Amino acid sequence: MTHSTTRLAVDIGGTFTDLVLDLGERSLSAKVLTTHDAPERGVLEGTDIVLKQAGLKPADLDLIIHGTTLITNALIERKGARTALVTTEGFRDSLEIAYEHRFEQYDIYMERPEPLAPRPLRYEVPERVAADGSVLLPLDEAAVERLAERLVADKVEAVAICFLHAYQNDAHERRAREIIARRIPEAVIAISSEVCPEIREYERTSTTVANAYVLPVVERYLRRLDAGFRDLGTQAPLLMIMSSGGITTVETARRFPVRLAESGPAGGVVMALGVAAQNGIAKALSFDMGGTTAKITLIDDLRPQYSRHFEVARAARFVKGSGIPVRIPVIDMVEIGAGGGSIARTDALGRITVGPDSAGSVPGPASYGRGGTLPTVTDADLLLGWLDPKRFAGGHIDLAPQAAESAIESFVGGRIGLERTRAAYGIAELVTETMASAARVHAVENGKDMVGRTLIAFGGAAPLHAARLAQKLGITRVVIPVGAGVGSAHGFLQAPISYEVVRSRLVSLAAYDAAFVTDLFASMRAEAEGVVRLGAPKADLREERTAYMRYRGQGHEVRVPIADTSSETMRLAFEAVYRALYGRIIPKLEIEVVSWTLSLSEARGLPARAASVAASPAPARNGTRDLVDPVSGKTVDAGVYARDTLRPGAPVQGPAIIAEAETSTLIPGGFTAILNGAGHVIIERDAG
Amino acid sequence: MNNRLGEIESQVLWNRLISVVEEQALTLVRTAFSTAAREAGDISAGVFDRQGRMVAQAVTGTPGHVNTMARAVRHFLDAFPIETLKQGDVLITNDPWKGTGHLFDLTVVSPTFKDGKAVALFASTTHVVDIGGIGASPSGRQVYHEGLQIPLMYLAREGRMNEDLLGIVRANVREPVQVVGDIYGLAACNDTGSARLIEMMDEFGLNDIDELADTIISRSRQAMVEAISKLPRGSWSASMTVDGFEAPVELKGTLTIEADVIKVDYTGTSGISSYAINCPFCYTDAYTAFGVKCAIAPWIPNNAGTLDSIIVSAPEGCILNAPHPAAVYARSVLGHMLPDIVFGCLDQAIPDTFPAEGTSSLWNLSLVAAHGQTGHASEIKTPFNVTTFHSGGVGARPRLDGLSATPFPSGVRNVPVEVTESITPIVVWRKELRADSGGAGRQRGGLGQIMEVSNREDSPMGIFHRFERVKYPARGRAGGKDGATGRLSLKSGKQFPEKGLHIIPPGDRIIIEMPGGGGYGDPKARDASLVARDVEYGLISEQAAREVYGSK
Repeated sequence: MTHSTTRLAVDIGGTFTDLVLDLGERSLSAKVLTTHDAPERGVLEGTDIVLKQAGLKPADLDLIIHGTTLITNALIERKGARTALVTTEGFRDSLEIAYEHRFEQYDIYMERPEPLAPRPLRYEVPERVAADGSVLLPLDEAAVERLAERLVADKVEAVAICFLHAYQNDAHERRAREIIARRIPEAVIAISSEVCPEIREYERTSTTVANAYVLPVVERYLRRLDAGFRDLGTQAPLLMIMSSGGITTVETARRFPVRLAESGPAGGVVMALGVAAQNGIAKALSFDMGGTTAKITLIDDLRPQYSRHFEVARAARFVKGSGIPVRIPVIDMVEIGAGGGSIARTDALGRITVGPDSAGSVPGPASYGRGGTLPTVTDADLLLGWLDPKRFAGGHIDLAPQAAESAIESFVGGRIGLERTRAAYGIAELVTETMASAARVHAVENGKDMVGRTLIAFGGAAPLHAARLAQKLGITRVVIPVGAGVGSAHGFLQAPISYEVVRSRLVSLAAYDAAFVTDLFASMRAEAEGVVRLGAPKADLREERTAYMRYRGQGHEVRVPIADTSSETMRLAFEAVYRALYGRIIPKLEIEVVSWTLSLSEARGLPARAASVAASPAPARNGTRDLVDPVSGKTVDAGVYARDTLRPGAPVQGPAIIAEAETSTLIPGGFTAILNGAGHVIIERDAG
Repeated sequence: MNNRLGEIESQVLWNRLISVVEEQALTLVRTAFSTAAREAGDISAGVFDRQGRMVAQAVTGTPGHVNTMARAVRHFLDAFPIETLKQGDVLITNDPWKGTGHLFDLTVVSPTFKDGKAVALFASTTHVVDIGGIGASPSGRQVYHEGLQIPLMYLAREGRMNEDLLGIVRANVREPVQVVGDIYGLAACNDTGSARLIEMMDEFGLNDIDELADTIISRSRQAMVEAISKLPRGSWSASMTVDGFEAPVELKGTLTIEADVIKVDYTGTSGISSYAINCPFCYTDAYTAFGVKCAIAPWIPNNAGTLDSIIVSAPEGCILNAPHPAAVYARSVLGHMLPDIVFGCLDQAIPDTFPAEGTSSLWNLSLVAAHGQTGHASEIKTPFNVTTFHSGGVGARPRLDGLSATPFPSGVRNVPVEVTESITPIVVWRKELRADSGGAGRQRGGLGQIMEVSNREDSPMGIFHRFERVKYPARGRAGGKDGATGRLSLKSGKQFPEKGLHIIPPGDRIIIEMPGGGGYGDPKARDASLVARDVEYGLISEQAAREVYGSK
């Protein structure tokens, strides 16, 4: 993929659908409201807008890269297929019993989400594989034959097969699939040894069922989208972005749609990674704040934090353990219910609380004038003078300040005796404090800290809150990248074709079989290559191996990148990671590997370091505005600058606003912003 | 609201303080060794003011630690007044009566110094993998059987670790590396908390946290008073008979709602047991306060202001205020029953609000194959000693069915079958919901589960039976029926009704049938479509639908 082609990135988010058209030497962007009933409508509408801006026709497009919340939404709204689970006799309730856990300590009225496959559609088959892969009880094939008849009679649309220890021995799952497929050739079947060959039965079952559940939905959507693009007049191939930040072909997306669950935000991190490379940032904190949520990711030495733990459709929003666990490769991000649309209210103790629920795009913040009456972060930002009511979200939405004032007055200020601008300031302060807390806790969980980090902020609402957030985290430098308002879509354009494969094989370093591990990785490489070559037939590939390791007896593994697989190197690598995370190692305890992953991606270089620019005189203001400074809390006269007229190297002293089509950047007093050689706005705290 | 701190600043600081203790708790969870601590979050972490009042606490897995630690810091300050403490001092205990109820829990307290002055204290608790003695057995007869006792003492003085103490610990526990590692972990997480607190104080220009502590505690106390003032005044009693160890135990509580406090007294409760199911008072206090808080004010943060609104008492010598040297290892068996007593009282004051009784006590499987316990060394192929966390059904709520196979009041979570099987020769043949175990009612009690377990090897295996609700069920409320009692039996037929260690012979399987929660309201009033669904789902039998629910 060279940059002389015309590429379109489309990111469907909870509130907005963002589009970026990359023409090689320049890029154009557009933002439209997400059309939840038929997401492809917003996509096509936005495509039309951005192509017109560029003066191009749909036929000029060479490639489309797409990320969507469709999978997440199907899981949240329970709009997937009628899905059956086929499992080991005695274990049909694993999916329902889950972790045997209450995710809300004090709530006696807590409810668990219903499993995606209801009990009558969870079928058992006599068979049993032991932890070492040996067969304790052979598969009862006659029972599977009978079961196939039941699946037909029960009008099942998708089938998930998950047997105990199938990550270790997949023969029973494959055989059962064969028998069912022979009887029902058109059946959609997902087997756990392909979707998620990883130890821990509940999580593997959950992932496999979720995959089967969304498969037909994704199939239908991709068909509609394809037809829509054809009607528009483009034949450009479509690639999909995955939660890991890599892209893949439509074929893979159709087989393993669950890997696309949280793909949009991953695109944002890919963009932040590019920005870190361009600016030589070794320790970054990626901060993406949109209409519904904020997401925070640690990036160290140009590598984002990765994980295989992810949870979709949390019943209690943002409460860990309340959702559907899916074990897929993801960029590890902490998601907070803190976006522009997050609703502000007061609690029984007279404290201001913000989120986690959002007014979304419908009805939206009070100031949208679309029927929303509750105050949101955007309403507070407007009252504080941080937003230009005429230029919000690319000018698509006219904000109504009076509606924001009365909402904040009625639901926050009036209830706790704060004048409305103070109440608005309180809302902004507390939402920022909430994000700062989440970032700190996330860093601690990963054995990292905030010292010396640079904040890379993007998404519609981030550039307004970034400087204050940085200050609360003790961070002194903030980057607001080019196209910050549509950051995720920008990231799609930089993402490599990639695929990750996992295997659970318990291997003790004390009884290490190097040949076994070499063979294991060879088979993983072959599987990954089969997928990656579909989208990148000739590219150079980069392989990364990871072992999930622990001291014997511990319940959780740590992720250890491994360069070579000799037992001594692995021990040293494990100890280095363990020490970084926990501050010490434990001599004399046995070390074991639980799971292995291999990730294969197109070897694409990161952007080069931006050239430094000479200082130039301070630019002239395009205007001024009264606003409340986020640091001092006082009303000040701030300069307003248009981002597209700023010259590199010219300092903008805070308090100031730098406006662009999709967002505005707020520079508090005591901070100075400079446009650098790559066009990014760099905000630094003034010395002293 | 107050003099120096502005309203918004106070609120921001309160949030920040909660974030500080969350960081402290996470630091501890990440480094912990015992499964209870790591998997189940069986730890606690909090910050206290100079008077020993808890100002903020991390929300972690088990109320047992959470609320006992809140009181423990005052015992530390009684023994070591704050003005005598120096920078770098660290205190420790596992005294069941002054800490959190049994020897397995270590509590560590560290003062935070700013500009040479103690400004706060951080405390943390964790459950260690071993503490010596008889181990994780309910059969101890005195606390002396149960392992090493560490009275309130210095773990470090001015930064120098008490190596004598650590040497004694190493010599007394079966896993010295891990236990001493956990002790360092406790001290380290307190240091993390202190460092973050100092950063916060620097950022906001604070010299002390006294005013902030007053604000937080008084506003929480005020919120509790408001919540209590909306309740009817009066006094109500409830009692419940549970299996106990050598004899049934009668738990009796009287709850009194006054203008601004709620009092719970356990006069009338049975005397102590000769085995390890006795509760030190601190544990009784903790689970009672947890029950009250869940019932009336779950949204108010847990701190001294909240907890001071709940006053618990129990006569000295009863099983809920067991004196030294009673054995206390399995104090959770009865402690977990106390929210049911609280709900039983409150139900009379405020009907149509609180759940029916649940399984309440955990049904953890402690399985063992070891010399001296399940046979001689020559008979044991692969020795193991493993505990997995499991639960029966929770009681039905007035408008919701009870949760199946879920802990309450404990907050633990289970260990996957595949993980247990990969580290031991155990095979779990069945782990499924137990039909007809949920107490019938307009709202059905949560179902228990059935597990069937064997040893793959031709070798005996033992199970520690400390299970409750085997003889006396979780009772229904408002016309709801009782949940099914639990059962422990061999596949070959033999039943084990009594607590203690039982042996599963080679080739046989142990079947564990966990109790169900009580039902709520008359079963005949249950929505017919829900009865039909429960039959279709196999949660109740057709017979029960007809005979108990009256479906046609």
